Amino acid sequence: MKELKIGCGKPTGAKLGESAGSGKPAEETPMGKEISMAAVKVGAKAPDFEAPAYQSGKFGQVKLSDYLGKWVVLCFYPGDFTFV
Amino acid sequence: MELLSISVDSHFVHKMWQDYELTKMVEGGVPFPMLSDGPGNIGRVYGVYDEDAGVEMRGRFIIDPDGVIQAIEILTPPVGRNVEELIRQVKAFQHVRETKGEEATPSGWQPGKPTLSPGPDLVGKVWEAWKVEEAF
Repeated sequence: MKELKIGCGKPTGAKLGESAGSGKPAEETPMGKEISMAAVKVGAKAPDFEAPAYQSGKFGQVKLSDYLGKWVVLCFYPGDFTFV
Repeated sequence: MELLSISVDSHFVHKMWQDYELTKMVEGGVPFPMLSDGPGNIGRVYGVYDEDAGVEMRGRFIIDPDGVIQAIEILTPPVGRNVEELIRQVKAFQHVRETKGEEATPSGWQPGKPTLSPGPDLVGKVWEAWKVEEAF
């Protein structure tokens, strides 16, 4: 995890392995949600993003594309201090 | 394999959760980065953000070294994941990749169990090469 200036969690608008700008961020397209959700499917490149993170006592910024070359498991969950 | 967890909680709350609860469940706390997606924009792009509840569903994405999504599982909040099944799937996808797709892993495959080699010779012969009991 890189220690960088901490920003908001946001999609970069690019797919992994592609340069940013090859796709518009979801919120900038009129049908953004539908378009971007349709793009997330098995067999397709994952949408890149960066997000602030906490790990081992440090805050930093994580960018998904920094993990290219490794297997990644990305797990969303409802919230900290929830039960399951 | 690298694990990234992500929720709408801030990285500050992630720290509090780690310090006050997770360290009591896992010695030293969880070792992976805990990502924050406050506005839910990453969750929206991945199709797991619930606009009404303002939280993200239990979406789990296995992404290969080329950045390709190989598996997706999305659960509603009350049911937890099966970590053994996650590990089994990662091992199966890694095996397929190592064999450059020449081997496929049938239902219930675990490391050490037989794989199948798709091709003309296997058509109609799976019943000989693989038994239903192997699925369990």
